[in-house]
Amino acid sequence: MSAWPLRYWRDPLLWTGLALVALVLLMPSTKPFFAALFPKLPRPMFDLDSFADLLIGHMLVVAASSVAATALGVGAGVFVSRRAGAEFRAIVGSIVTIGQTFPPVAVLAVAVPVVGFGFEPAFFALLLYGILPILENTIAGLASVPAPLCDAARGIGMGEASILRRVELPLAAPLIVGGIRTSVVINVGTATIASTVGARTLGLPIIIGLDGANLAYILQGGVLLGLLAIVLDLAFARLLAAVQVRRG
Amino acid sequence: MIELEHVSKRYGATTVVEDVSFTVAAGEFCVLIGSSGAGKSTTLKMINRLIPQSAGTIRVGGRDIRELEPAALRRRIGYVIQSIGLFPHWTVARNVAAVPELIGWAAARSLARAAALLEQLKLPPGEFLEKYPHQLSIGQQQRVGIARALAADPDILLMDEPFGALDPITREVLQAEIAEIQRANRKAVVFVTHDMEEALRLASRIVVMDRGRLVQVGTPLELLTAPASAFVRDFVGSDDLGIKLLGVATVAERLRSAASAPGEPIAVTASLRQALSRMVAEGVDRLGVIDGAGKPIGAIHLADLLRR
Amino acid sequence: MRANRVLLLLVLAGLAATPSLAFLTVAANRLVSGVSVGFAALPRGEGAAILLPAALLILASVLPRRRATHLLVVIAAAAFLLLLVRLAGVEAARLAAAAPPAVRISLGAGFWVLLLLAALALGDAIRRLELPRWAGAMVGAAVVAGFLMLLLSGVLDALGIVHEYAARRDVFAAAVLRHALMVALALLPTLLIGLPLGILARRRPAVAAWLFPLLNIVQTIPSIALFGLLLAPLSALARLFPALAALGIGGIGLLPAVIALFLYALLPVVRDSADGLAGVSPAALEAGRGLGMTPRQLLWRVELPLALPVLLAGLRVATLQAIGLAAVAALIGAGGLGAIMFQGLFADALDLVLLGVVPIVLMALAVNALFDLAIAYADRVPR
Repeated sequence: MSAWPLRYWRDPLLWTGLALVALVLLMPSTKPFFAALFPKLPRPMFDLDSFADLLIGHMLVVAASSVAATALGVGAGVFVSRRAGAEFRAIVGSIVTIGQTFPPVAVLAVAVPVVGFGFEPAFFALLLYGILPILENTIAGLASVPAPLCDAARGIGMGEASILRRVELPLAAPLIVGGIRTSVVINVGTATIASTVGARTLGLPIIIGLDGANLAYILQGGVLLGLLAIVLDLAFARLLAAVQVRRG
Repeated sequence: MIELEHVSKRYGATTVVEDVSFTVAAGEFCVLIGSSGAGKSTTLKMINRLIPQSAGTIRVGGRDIRELEPAALRRRIGYVIQSIGLFPHWTVARNVAAVPELIGWAAARSLARAAALLEQLKLPPGEFLEKYPHQLSIGQQQRVGIARALAADPDILLMDEPFGALDPITREVLQAEIAEIQRANRKAVVFVTHDMEEALRLASRIVVMDRGRLVQVGTPLELLTAPASAFVRDFVGSDDLGIKLLGVATVAERLRSAASAPGEPIAVTASLRQALSRMVAEGVDRLGVIDGAGKPIGAIHLADLLRR
Repeated sequence: MRANRVLLLLVLAGLAATPSLAFLTVAANRLVSGVSVGFAALPRGEGAAILLPAALLILASVLPRRRATHLLVVIAAAAFLLLLVRLAGVEAARLAAAAPPAVRISLGAGFWVLLLLAALALGDAIRRLELPRWAGAMVGAAVVAGFLMLLLSGVLDALGIVHEYAARRDVFAAAVLRHALMVALALLPTLLIGLPLGILARRRPAVAAWLFPLLNIVQTIPSIALFGLLLAPLSALARLFPALAALGIGGIGLLPAVIALFLYALLPVVRDSADGLAGVSPAALEAGRGLGMTPRQLLWRVELPLALPVLLAGLRVATLQAIGLAAVAALIGAGGLGAIMFQGLFADALDLVLLGVVPIVLMALAVNALFDLAIAYADRVPR
C-alpha cells in the first residue's frame, strides 16, 4: 500500500468507484435514515431484490449490448468507409437514423412479444439504440485520418488490412472511443427503463417507486444510478486520455 | 486629420508600442512600415479603437477618440484588412452597403453607391452586385473589401497589409488603383505593410517603426537619401538605392519640354525607374513623353536620369 | 455499368423475407397469440396487383445504374408501398369476414420488413437521382398522403391497429396533442435560455468550464431517474402552496416532464450554439467590428446568421430526443402517446403498443425531414 504514490489516493475514479460499491452493499443499513426522512411510508427500504444483484444486472446488460454494438458499429463503419462499401453508406445511415427515431421504450415494447420478458428485449433495445453513436463516430474518425498518411503507408508497401489496423484505427480511436462513451451513457439510461419489461436493473426501485408513490425507493435507485453514471463517465474520460496519448 | 501624441500600448509587462507620435493630414498617404512585431498593426488598430491605448492621446478630426462611442468612430473610418473578411452570407451589394445600412441610408441610395464604387474598382456592377463572396477570386474579394470601406465616404482609410494575401500581379494592380482613388478623393490613408517597395511606391510619408518605437518619419526621398539610423538604411535597402531613388521620382521632373523622340512614348506620370526600364528593354536612349490625354509634350533622355 | 448493389441487397432481403415471415397474424381474441398468415396463402386477384411493382423492383436491381432505372425504382417502390398497405387491409377484411367479431388481425413481421425495405429502396433511388431536397421531400409527402387516403377510405378498418384506434379515438387525439405540447413547451425555454447560454459560454471560457460538465452530468442521468428526482421537490412545492396544485402543478403530470425534457434539451442546444459561433470566420468578425458594428449588431447580423446551420442541427437533436423522452414521461402521469404505448405493453396487446409507437416515429421522421430542409436552406451559401 505504501508503494502507491499519493496521487492514486486522490483519484476521483477510485473514490467514486469505492463509494458506489460501499453504498450498494451498505444500503439496507441506511434504513433508519430513510424511515426518519419519510415517516409516513410503510416500507422505506427497497428489499424486493438486493442492490448488488440489480447493479450487476444493470452492468451486465449494458456491457453485453455495448460489446455487440461496438462490434457491429465499428464493423459497419469500417465497411462503409472502404471503397467497396461506400455505396452503402447512405442507406446504413438511413437505417440507423430511423432506428434512432424509435424511442427506446418503443423498441422494448415491440421486442417483448418477439423475445419475451427479461434480459433479451433489453439487450436488443440497447443494441439497436447503441449502434448509431458508435457508427457515426467511426465514420467521422476514419474520415479524419489524413489521406496523405494512408498513401504514404501504401507507398512503403503496407497492405490494406495493415493500414487499417496500424494507421487508421489508432488515429480514429479517440473519436471512436468517444462514440462508445456516448453509446454506453445512453444505454445506462435505457437499461433503467428496461425494468418495465422485467429486466433486473437499478431502474426497478425507481419504477416501483413511481408506481406506488414511494419517494424513498426512487431516491435509493436514483442515487445509485447517478453514482454509476459518474463512475462510467470518469472511466471513459480516463480511457479517452490514454487513447489520445497514443496518437503521439 | 489624425494626431498621435505619445501613444503607448502595454500588455501586462510587455510594451508593444512605446511613445509613438506622428500626424496624418488630409490627402496624405501615410505608410507605417517595420519588421514583424514592430507594433505597426497595433498602432493602426488604436486609431479606430479596436485596441484601446494604454497611454497617450489620439485625435481624429480634432477630437480625442476616447470622447466618441467606439462604433460611431469606426463608422466614420474605412477599414481594410489582409484577410478581407467579407460577410459570406451577404451578396457583394449588401457587403458594400454594410456601413450605409448601419448609419441609416435609404436602400436605393446604398445600392447606387455600391454600384458606383464597384465601377470605380473595375468590377462591372451588373455582373458582381448579386454575387456571393465565395464566387469571387481573392483579388476580386479584396476589391469588394475596399469598396466596402469607402462606401460611407469616410475621410480616413485604415489599411492593414491589405494586399499581403494577393499574387504579385494583382497586388501591383490594386496598389495603382488605391493610389488613384486616394489621389482623386483626397483621403487620409494610413497603410501598414512590411514591403518596402510597396511603401516607396504608394507613400507620401513613411513612418518607420522598430520594436514598438518610432524610428523615422519622412518622405520616401528623405528615407532613401537621409536615413536616420543604420536600421532604417538597412531596412530601406542600400543595395539598389539608385533604382529605388529613380522609383520615387517621376518623368515630369526631368522632362525636356521642347524635345521629341521616336517610338512608343511614356506617360508623364510614370516613374524614372519605369523610364529606365523601357529604355534598357528597347535599347534606346530617349523616349517621347505624353500627358494624360495622350498628347505629346516632350521627351526624356537617359542622361537626364543621372542628373541630380 | 454496374448494377445498384444496394437495391440488389434490399431485393434479396425482400425475397428472403417473403416466404419466411408472416404477412398478417390472426388471433381468436385479444388475449391469445396469433397464427401467421404467409404471403403464399394469398389468393390471386387482389394480390396480383402488387406483383407488378415487385417484379419491376427485382428487374431494376440487375439493371445498370442509369437515371431511367432510378426513376423506375422510385415509381415502383412508391406503388409497392401503397399496394402493400392496401393488400394488408383487403386481406384482413377478407379474413375478418369469415371469423367471429372478437378476432384480432395484426400486421406481421413480414409486412413491416417489406415496408422498411421498400421505403429504403425509395430513399436510395431518390438520392441517386440527385433531386433537390424539396423534391425528395415531396415524393415522401406524396406517399404519406397515399397512406392517409387509404386509411380514410376505410380499406384498412379490419386491422387490429385501426380497431384500437377506433376504440379510443378521442383519447388518441388528446394523446397526440399532449405529446406535441410537452415537446413544444420544453423546447421554447430551451431556445430562449439555451441560445444565450451558448453565446455566454463562447464569450466567457470561465462559464464554459462549469456549464458543460454540469450539462453532461444531467445528460448521463437516466431520464426516469430525473423524472423521479423531480417528483420530490415538486410535490413538496404543491404541498406548501395548494394553489399550485389547483393549477395542475404537482409532483406528477406535465410539469416535471417538461422540466426534465428542457434540462435534457439544453446540452445539444448550448453546445451547438457555442460550436456554431466558434465556427464563424474570424476575418468577418474583425471586419464587422472595424466597420463600426456594435457587439449586438455583430451578433444579430453576422454571428447568428452564420452559425445558424449548426444551431439548427443542435435544435434538431434536442427535438428528436424530446419526442422520444416524452414517451417515457407517461410513466409519471404526463400522458401523451407513451401512455397508449405502456397500456399496450402491460396488457400484452401489440396493436395498442403500435398505436402509440407509429405516431411517435412518424412525428420524429417529419421533424427530421423539416429540419433537414431548414438546415439545407440555411447552409446554402458556403461559409
